[in-house]
Amino acid sequence: MIRPDAPVLLEIRDLHASVADQPILHGVNLTLRAGEIHAVMGRNGSGKSTLSKVLAGHPAYTVTGGSVRYRGEDLLALDPEQRARIGLFLGFQYPVEIPGVSNLEFLRVATNARRQEGGEEELDTFAFEDLVNEKLQVVQMDPAFLERSVNEGFSGGEKKRNEILQMALLEPVVAILDETDSGLDIDALRIVSGGVNHLAGPDNATLLITHYQRLLDAITPDYVHVMAHGRILRTGGKELALELEQRGYDWVDAEPAVLEAV
Amino acid sequence: MSTASVGELVSQPYKYGFVTDIETEKIAKGLSEDVVRLISAKKEEPAFLLDFRLRAYRQWLQMDEPDWAGLGYPAIDYQNIIYYAAPKQQDKKASLDEVDPKLLETFDKLGIPLSEQKRLSNVAVDAVFDSVSIATTYKEKLAEHGVIFCSISEAVKEHPELIEKYLGTVVPCNDNYFAALNSAVFSDGSFVFIPRGVECPMELSTYFRINSGDTGQFERTLIVAEERASVSYLEGCTAPMFDTNQLHAAVVELVALDDASIKYSTVQNWYAGDENGVGGIYNFVTKRGQCRGDRSRISWTQVETGSAITWKYPSCVLQGADSVGEFYSVALTNNRQQADTGTKMIHVGPRTRSTIVSKGISAGHSSNSYRGLVQIGPKAVGARNFSQCDSMLIGDQAAANTYPYIRSQQSDADIEHEASTCRISEDQLFYLQSRGIGFEQAVSMMVSGFCRDVFHQLPMEFAAEADKLLALKLEGSVG
Ligand SMILES: Nc1ncnc2c1ncn2[C@@H]1O[C@H](COP(=O)(O)OP(=O)(O)O)[C@@H](O)[C@H]1O
Ligand SMILES: [Mg+2]
Repeated sequence: MIRPDAPVLLEIRDLHASVADQPILHGVNLTLRAGEIHAVMGRNGSGKSTLSKVLAGHPAYTVTGGSVRYRGEDLLALDPEQRARIGLFLGFQYPVEIPGVSNLEFLRVATNARRQEGGEEELDTFAFEDLVNEKLQVVQMDPAFLERSVNEGFSGGEKKRNEILQMALLEPVVAILDETDSGLDIDALRIVSGGVNHLAGPDNATLLITHYQRLLDAITPDYVHVMAHGRILRTGGKELALELEQRGYDWVDAEPAVLEAV
Repeated sequence: MSTASVGELVSQPYKYGFVTDIETEKIAKGLSEDVVRLISAKKEEPAFLLDFRLRAYRQWLQMDEPDWAGLGYPAIDYQNIIYYAAPKQQDKKASLDEVDPKLLETFDKLGIPLSEQKRLSNVAVDAVFDSVSIATTYKEKLAEHGVIFCSISEAVKEHPELIEKYLGTVVPCNDNYFAALNSAVFSDGSFVFIPRGVECPMELSTYFRINSGDTGQFERTLIVAEERASVSYLEGCTAPMFDTNQLHAAVVELVALDDASIKYSTVQNWYAGDENGVGGIYNFVTKRGQCRGDRSRISWTQVETGSAITWKYPSCVLQGADSVGEFYSVALTNNRQQADTGTKMIHVGPRTRSTIVSKGISAGHSSNSYRGLVQIGPKAVGARNFSQCDSMLIGDQAAANTYPYIRSQQSDADIEHEASTCRISEDQLFYLQSRGIGFEQAVSMMVSGFCRDVFHQLPMEFAAEADKLLALKLEGSVG
C-alpha cells in the first residue's frame, strides 16, 4: 500500500560495501515507507544477499560509503543485535544450523530481547509457550520443531518456515526476506507467503528478495527493483516483475539505467 | 562497540584473584627427608604414616617427571617451593565462632558461606585454606547417620585404622612422579567414610583455596563407600592471581565396595594465568577410583576451566563383576592455557561397563587434549565401553587433540568410540545476533548446548553455576 505521506522506515543512500576487500555494492539507493512491500530481483551474484547482510550488520561485510537511516536513526552505527531489537529482521537465504541450542529456548530469548527493548515485560516459559503455539499456526509448523536444535536437520522448507515463525514472534518493523521462496514446494510457498501477508501491515515495511514471479503472485509488491552489479538499475511497479519474467534480465543491462531512488 | 572478527581475545578478569592478608606459619623452602619428617611431626602422625611418606619420598627421588603429555612449561624447581603453610590459628576449632573471621570472610567472598546462618542447605562443606582444613560444616548431622566427613589430618588422629586400611591402596605411593611427591608431603584434604547400607543424606563438598604465593598445594582426598553405601561429593577450587606459578599436585582415591556408588564432581577454577600465559596454577593431579566390589559404581564429572596447565586423568579400576565406571568432562582452555586430560577405564572384572563423555572447548591460543585409555583385561568377559570425545574450537588460534588408546585382551569386548570437532562459526553467531541475542550470550548459548550432556551429570545445585562459570571464562574470548 503506497501512501506518500507514510513515515519513512528505511532510507538507504548511495550504499557501498565490500567483502573480503572486494567491492560488491556500488551505490544502492532505496526508501521504504510504512505499509509498503518492495521486491528486489536480479541475477545470482548481483549483490542482493550482500545488501541484506549489510543491513543486518554481518561482521564480514564492510560499508565503504553511503548511509542507512532506520526511522531517522543511523542504522550502521548499531550492533547487529541492537538492530534486531529495534525491529529490523532478516530472513536468511541459507539459515544456519546451531547444534545444541534448543529452538524453543532460542526463540524465547530472541523474543524477550525484542520485548525488553520495547519496554514490555519478559515472557516466562509458560507465557512464551502460549505465544509460540499461537504463532505456529501462522506457519503451520509442528510443535515438535521447538524441541530440536535450531535448524539442525531441518529440510530447506522447514528452515524457511522457522524463519517466518521468528518473524511472527519478533513482529519486525522492517522485514527483509532473502529468497525465502527458493527451494519451496507449492504448499510451503503458500504457507510462507500466507505468513508474510498476515504479518505485513500499515505500520511496517517488507523487502522481498526473490528470483521468481510465483512469490509475487501471492504477495503483491508495491515496487519492484532490479539489481545488477551491486546497484539498483531499474524500479517499477508489479508489472516490472512480469516483464522480467518474460524477457529475462539482459534488457535491464542493455537499456539506460534508472538510478534514482524511489 | 561493534563486533570484530572471531578469534580476538580479551580475557575476563578472574574474580577470585584476591589474596587474604593473614598470618601464616610456613616452613623453609625446599624438600628433603627432614622436611618430610617435619611435616609428619607437625601433624603428630602415627608411625605408619611417616613410614608411608618416607617410602614415597625415596621412590620419588628415583623417578623422572613425566613428559609424554607434551605440555610446555619451564622446569619446576622443587627446592624453591614451600611444602607446608598454614594459617597461624593452628588446631581446628570446635565451633566456627573461634575461626579467624578473615578466613570466614574469604570463603564468604568465594560464595561458600560457612557460618551457621548462611550455609548452603543440604551441602556439607570442608573448607581447606592453603594446606589446612579450617572448618567442616554439618558434621554432627552426618555423624547421626554414621557418615564420617572431616579433614584427612583429623581422620588420621581419630580413625587411624581406616586410614591405614585404605590410604595408598588405590594410588600406590610410587604410582607416578606427582603422586609420589604428594604421598611424601601431602598436607591436608578430605576424608569421607560412608558405612554399609547408608545413603549419605546430603551432598558433601570440599572447597580448596590456595592463598600463599610460593606454597605448593598437596591435598589428599580419600573416600570410602562400604557395601550398598552411596555418596555424592563435589570439590571446588580457586586461587589468587600471582605472576609466578604454583604447583598443585593432589591425589584422590575412591574405594567402592559391593553395590556402593560414589559420584565425584569437580569444578576446577584455579587461577589460569593472564592472557600472555604469565602466572597460574600447574595442576598435576592423580585421581583414581576402584570399584572393588561387585555391581559398584564410580562416576567422575569434571568441569575444568582454570589452571595454566592441567594434567589430570580421573580413572576407574573396574575390578568387581558388573561394576560401572563413568567419566563426564568439560575442559575449557583460553588464552595460553594447556590441558591434557582424560581418563583410564581399566576393565578387570567380568561384564564391567564404562562410559566416557568428554567435551573440550579451546579458545585463544590454548591447547586442549583428550587422552584416554580403555583397557580390557583377560578376565573382563563381556566388558563394554562407550566413548564420545567432542571438541569445540573458538577462533582459529586454538588447538584440540584427541588421543584415544584402546588395549583389549578380549575378542568379544564391545568398544565404541565417537569423536567430533566443531568450530563456532561467525555465521552461527551472526544468526543469533541478528535475532537480538547479544554476542556474549550467543557464545554462551552455543557452549552450554555443547556441554549439556556433561552438565546434566552435575549435582543440581552446581549445574547452573558451571554454566555461568563457562560463560564468564569465555567473556570477551570471541569478539
Ligand atoms: N562472504 C563472501 N566472500 C566473498 N565473496 C562474497 C561473499 N559474499 C558474497 N560474495 C560475492 O559477492 C557477490 C554478490 O553475492 P550475493 O550478494 O550473494 O548475490 P545474490 O544474493 O544477488 O546472488 C558475488 O560475486 C559473491 O561471490
Ligand atoms: Mg542471494
